[in-house]
Amino acid sequence: MSPMILNTIEVMLNGLMTGVMYSLVALGFVLIFKASGIFNYAQGVMALFAALTLVGFQSGQIPFSHLINVVFGTDYHNWGPGMNAFLAILLTMAVMVLLAWLVERLVLRHLVNQEPIILFMATIGLAFFMEGLGDMMWGANIKVLDIGLPSGGSFWWEDVTRVWATEGSDYYGMYIDVLDLWAAGIAIVLVVALTLFSQYTKTGRALRAVADDHQAALTVGISLRTIWIVVWSIAGFVALVAGIMWGSKSGIQFSLSLIALKALPVLILGGFTSIPGAIVGGLIIGVGEKLFEFTIGPLIGGATENWFAYVLALVFLMFRPQGLYGDKIIERV
Amino acid sequence: MFYRESGDFKTSYAADQQTFPIRFDRIVIALVLVFAFAVVPFFINDYWEKSILLPFLVWSLAALGLNILTGYCGQVSLGTGGFMAVGAYACYKLTTGFPDLNIIFVILLSGGITALVGIVFGLPSLRIKGFYLAVATLASQFFLVWLFNKVPWFYNYSASGQISMPERTLFGTAVTGSAATPWATYLFSLLFVVVFAFIARNLTRGRLGRSWMAIRDMDIAAEIIGVPPLQAKLSAFAVSSFYIGLSGALFFGVYLGAVEPTEAFGIDKSFLVLFMIIIGGLGSIFGSFVGAAFMTLLPVLFKNIMVGGFGWPTDMVQHFIFMLVGGLIMFFLIVEPHGLAQLWRVTKEKLRLWPFPH
Amino acid sequence: MNSTRKFGDPILAVNNISLSFGGVKALTDISFDILQGEIRAIIGPNGAGKSSMLNVINGFYQPQEGEVWFDGKLRGPLRPYEIARQGIARTFQNIALFKGMSTLDNLMTGRITKMHANMFWQALWKGKAENEELEHRERVEHIIDFLEIQAIRKTPVGRLPYGLQKRVELGRALAAESKLLLLDEPMAGMNLEEKQDMCRFILEVNDQFGTTIALIEHDMSVVMDIADRVVVLDYGKKIGDGYPDEVRNDKDVIDAYLGVAHD
Repeated sequence: MSPMILNTIEVMLNGLMTGVMYSLVALGFVLIFKASGIFNYAQGVMALFAALTLVGFQSGQIPFSHLINVVFGTDYHNWGPGMNAFLAILLTMAVMVLLAWLVERLVLRHLVNQEPIILFMATIGLAFFMEGLGDMMWGANIKVLDIGLPSGGSFWWEDVTRVWATEGSDYYGMYIDVLDLWAAGIAIVLVVALTLFSQYTKTGRALRAVADDHQAALTVGISLRTIWIVVWSIAGFVALVAGIMWGSKSGIQFSLSLIALKALPVLILGGFTSIPGAIVGGLIIGVGEKLFEFTIGPLIGGATENWFAYVLALVFLMFRPQGLYGDKIIERV
Repeated sequence: MFYRESGDFKTSYAADQQTFPIRFDRIVIALVLVFAFAVVPFFINDYWEKSILLPFLVWSLAALGLNILTGYCGQVSLGTGGFMAVGAYACYKLTTGFPDLNIIFVILLSGGITALVGIVFGLPSLRIKGFYLAVATLASQFFLVWLFNKVPWFYNYSASGQISMPERTLFGTAVTGSAATPWATYLFSLLFVVVFAFIARNLTRGRLGRSWMAIRDMDIAAEIIGVPPLQAKLSAFAVSSFYIGLSGALFFGVYLGAVEPTEAFGIDKSFLVLFMIIIGGLGSIFGSFVGAAFMTLLPVLFKNIMVGGFGWPTDMVQHFIFMLVGGLIMFFLIVEPHGLAQLWRVTKEKLRLWPFPH
Repeated sequence: MNSTRKFGDPILAVNNISLSFGGVKALTDISFDILQGEIRAIIGPNGAGKSSMLNVINGFYQPQEGEVWFDGKLRGPLRPYEIARQGIARTFQNIALFKGMSTLDNLMTGRITKMHANMFWQALWKGKAENEELEHRERVEHIIDFLEIQAIRKTPVGRLPYGLQKRVELGRALAAESKLLLLDEPMAGMNLEEKQDMCRFILEVNDQFGTTIALIEHDMSVVMDIADRVVVLDYGKKIGDGYPDEVRNDKDVIDAYLGVAHD
């Protein structure tokens, strides 16, 4: 094969890996949307928040230390040397569950029966709140997240692909980040686990019942509130996984919450209620934006990744308003 | 009894349909206008101009614009920042391309150009609704900002990629550029805001406004009783974008003087304006002003108190404001989805009875 | 109503209408007409296709087969708002008022097809726009008087009780001054007194303004009292058509209502 084709394949592969990341965030959206009809804009910020909290625990930071220091004139930063990654993940998960409980208790409970767009705007408020809260708790400096996942280029893959090139051409093999491979693997495990959970456990069944029809679920004795807390906790868990992956890859910074925005076109492609849709949508957008940038980008000034996903979603919506996997919308009066 | 509607009898439908039917309102508004036009200019200084009054006026126009689209017509848009950028760049290209064109026409034309762009990006609203549309408007936000960044024609091939406003005068007084005095920029912006607030009030209570609200409240029924959805939605997009374009032109030309698109017209601006209308009141002209005032004053206030008073670091105050704004948004959506404007209406109803609550 | 009232030519005729959603047949080969000035009832058990029929008449659904004649002309595939402009107004089974607007504004919206001032004059609230607003306000106030809803003129309709909302919705449809008025279960969920009021309004509208009315109603005593002629639908098919007395004694109709096993 010519290096040109191989380069294109490399771009597509990297796009697939980015797509996995988008899918991870989109997955959290779908879970919450299915169970409560809420379009949770804060999902991306939840990933940021989870990653911040994880690093905070891992490095032994005192929450709100900046605030405490300013108010009391003290100079505390750390309570100790930190803890191992596994324990920190468990603790972070506990925080995410607590968060889910608080969100249900303080916000969702009071917004039952509101129009979807009101709920959507409320989650935008939630996103801002959590962004501020995360920075207040742990400081806004860019942090490095390292829970021991391997990273860097895969030499094995480079060796494998080097020989694909036509004899005599200058080709050194494809670059693929090991971390991306891990991310893909973990994402697959996560999706399988979620599917098993929703198919074969009692809570999973209740979840699906609520997703189908709130009122009917209530009449057979399912507690809506418990289900919402469970769902938000699961979404928090998915956010944590996404946060770890993105954080390990590019550090934890504010821009992490912008991936939430990228997840929106992913959902439009995949449909709001379909888990396979979220995965496929994420992959399409990941590959699409990388390929577009690689082929068309240089001609029109580059940085097309900023908008490609949204414009693709827009064009797509014009032809199929219900998404790839959504049901056809029949309007009634 | 402070606020009264009683004793204010209408003897004709014309009297009942004037812009402000209640006499008390008319008096208050007249007083406010006299104060704003005849008193403030004598006392305005640089700090008040740059930190409070100009941002308030500019954001009021943007909030009015978004409120027409979202509050009246029910179409949520996250593309406000992008449309403001269109207004700003139209203003820049018009001033530099036609140096003799009066600045008033430059600003109005900028609004007009933004309205056309708004119609184009509003076309999807005919097929998609709710947050599908909100996501689609993100496309305009990111695409437009990217466009102004990447196509050198828009910034006249300047090396920095920035655009900066040359000086323009009105009746011999500079209203843009570095020589413009605070009172001149203030009065110039105020003029636009007052005129277009009045127009917004008229548009929203007439046939057009009713067709917007009909689409908002129940789009299918609206079409069946005779509201053409295409016309209603696109006119809302056009009018809304016109206002937002005006606001962008003033933001760039009069307030900042020089901008860089990613910085000045990012997605955070779209959210800022959305928050203004949620807090102020969806579907309320008055609410647009209250929301703009609230969101402009809040950070200034907290910066003054916390940085100036308590000696907190600026970035921490910033985070605190984020939390506060986020919390307020949720609070308002839960407690009072119609925003501060509704709180004011309720207060009025109480005041009308005061001091005899029963 | 007695059957001796005389009516003009058909204002609306539907011929061989068939409508299906995917594989589900909602209407099969339906034909009937509505004469100028009459009150025509469409009845039938739940799911018989009555509302679908109204939706076809005002263009919300496009039937796969059949033709609609309105006002002496064959109607092409028009959008619902264009049909509203031709002079068909309606109310809905589940109230479809504009909840954020006042009663007055809801009624004014009903007249939207008759208002034409351009945006420029509307922005200034002068000239044509102002005159038009006043002129239509006057017409709307007549309807407000007629329906006895003066007191709630400026109340947002979302706050009104159900019965009044139904009345405002009738008002909105009346405001259109249409040639044909479609009422989808105008009395559903009302108590006896409200039903009597509603019947009175319907009869007076028909009598005073000469408006042709097609209505869907479940309350048989109401239908038999006020309708001039009745169409009966069942499972998307027409099973009866005629004067109330004829329909009442029709064997197929009785079967449909009392329930006979379908083979």
